[in-house]
Amino acid sequence: MGVGVKKKPKDSPFTAEYVLFLGCTVPVRALNYELSARKVAERLDIHLGDIPEFSCCGYPIKSVNHYAYLLMAARNLALAEEKGLPICTLCSACCGALAEANHEIKGDKKLRKRLNDDLSRVLGKQYEGEVQVTHFMRVLEKEVGEKRIASEIQADLSGLYLAPHYGCHITKPTTVYGRVEDPENPTSLDRLIQMTGAHTVSYENKLQCCGGGVLAIDEGVALSMAQSKLDHIQARQADAMVLACPFCNIMYESNQKKIEKVAQKEYKLPILYFPQLVGLALGIEPDDLGMKMNRIKTVELLKKINRRAA
Amino acid sequence: MIDSKTLDPKFKLEIAKEPGGEHITRCFSCGTCTAGCPVREVTDRYNPRQIIRMAILGIKKEVLSSQFIWLCSSCYTCYERCPQDVRIPELMNAIRNIAVREGYLPPAMRIQLDLLSSFGRLLEITEFECDKRKDLHLPSIEAKTEDIKKILDHLGCRREEKTEG
Repeated sequence: MGVGVKKKPKDSPFTAEYVLFLGCTVPVRALNYELSARKVAERLDIHLGDIPEFSCCGYPIKSVNHYAYLLMAARNLALAEEKGLPICTLCSACCGALAEANHEIKGDKKLRKRLNDDLSRVLGKQYEGEVQVTHFMRVLEKEVGEKRIASEIQADLSGLYLAPHYGCHITKPTTVYGRVEDPENPTSLDRLIQMTGAHTVSYENKLQCCGGGVLAIDEGVALSMAQSKLDHIQARQADAMVLACPFCNIMYESNQKKIEKVAQKEYKLPILYFPQLVGLALGIEPDDLGMKMNRIKTVELLKKINRRAA
Repeated sequence: MIDSKTLDPKFKLEIAKEPGGEHITRCFSCGTCTAGCPVREVTDRYNPRQIIRMAILGIKKEVLSSQFIWLCSSCYTCYERCPQDVRIPELMNAIRNIAVREGYLPPAMRIQLDLLSSFGRLLEITEFECDKRKDLHLPSIEAKTEDIKKILDHLGCRREEKTEG
């Protein structure tokens, strides 16, 4: 995906270098995701730089004013371009929105000129279209790889049975991402879970959308969508759900109590961000992975992990 | 009953000119989108095939003023499956962009616009968040981004501009 990846210098101590794009949700509602991602990256020699001036990716405004969305995305992309580093996101919707804008800007010379005229007039910025955008899960998959992760495993997670939730914007649209994997049968998150030694649990309607995209417009519809997945996972008695997007998390974790109330049943299903799981396997302390910040308690789940004697 | 005199045959062309709406006339109403739609699974208020049909027929006002165009969750399931590559989530956004220009901005989106204009983000970074980041040794981030207000002002798509100007 994308072009113009800055090659890392030969003497760099890092496997790869990125700037971390947090977006709106992560720094306010998903600090456990950010913490665990940074810890895991550090352990696996991935350098995640920061740009404090990053704003919202632009996704929320796409439905209101497409050009304003492109300008917001281009501003963020321009900031990364100034640093000469590719963007790594934690939020799948941010990844999709930035990658889509990139795709559109690169493919349309006239549009690029118009955007740059406005960017320079309003903000004094330029975007040449040279930034690559990817998701932290793809970084672990592509840059670090199974071998390296397997060689670093410090804990026995084989007592865990976990339900992967891919969400939508990590594989789709394929016109933007390319066919990195089959969007109708993705396997990357399953493989990542298995790499940690845990088991994956397959369940009905695994690729179902969380409903987050319509939460602001119609809460009832969004919650019904999330509920159906919680039902399917509960039927398979998984220990937890593993996901890769803070907005999916809002639907399944932050809103789980609300869904329980409406549905008049109890799920108590812990929701893990995938770097929390990877971090546990790497032997990182649960507190350093923000496990205490998980709203659905993970105490029982942590008891099933055997930490190998160091 | 729909009076054919009220139909606007140019509506589909207007949509086709909008970014994301280019492929609308390719739709042959097979219903693959609706059959696999996760929103449709929980409510019959959303039916992408029907919305596209209405748009092609030129039932403009009903489409633009309806809530159903805002119910697409942008999951891209139909986008990948559509045999005619209509790119429905992008098409819904194209129709929504027109609806907003015609004055149909849902209150929820109005709130989001205001937040983006005020903070550059959907969620405000308060002192509480800044302190929490410090405690956790996370790098500090800019709490407010004036640039987004500048972009929205420049394009005249802020709430204040619309109602007062």
